Amino acid sequence: MILARIVGTVVATRKDPRLVSNKLLVARPMDPHGKSEGSYLVAVDTVDAGVGETVLIVSGSSARMASGMKDCPVDAAVVGIVDTVDLVE
Amino acid sequence: MQLARVIGDVVATRKEASYEGLKLLVIQPLAADGGDVGRPLVAVDAVGAGVGERVFFVRGKEASFPFLPTEVPADAGIVGIVDHWSTT
Repeated sequence: MILARIVGTVVATRKDPRLVSNKLLVARPMDPHGKSEGSYLVAVDTVDAGVGETVLIVSGSSARMASGMKDCPVDAAVVGIVDTVDLVE
Repeated sequence: MQLARVIGDVVATRKEASYEGLKLLVIQPLAADGGDVGRPLVAVDAVGAGVGERVFFVRGKEASFPFLPTEVPADAGIVGIVDHWSTT
């Protein structure tokens, strides 16, 4: 899983029927220290996350194991809202 | 599988129901010489690993297999704690 910050939302009227009524968020991956890195990605939201929050994103086929995502055409899902990240270094 | 060291932990109150009771750790993948390689990532812990330990982990859907029949949405999971390793 990767850490990311939610930076926006996506609205799409025409989409796969299995994506209807799912919230789509724009996320910017970040390192554990909070520094943004890499390019933006769109993730489906299963935990009611919002813009500005730090979240945990699961990628690949595992994203379909998030609640309500069975057989949905998704490869990234927000599965947790991060309270804190404690690093030893 | 890949070697890594555990460098931190993640606390999340609001999360997938199946994540309840699981430990989320920040790991840094390692090269064979012990140096860091690639970006740190978050992994679910299936073996009771802790910060500072050397571990090996799986990527992909297989990371959720230790928790079956519960379907945990994980794409990285720690499946072993390394006692020692050697290369020739």
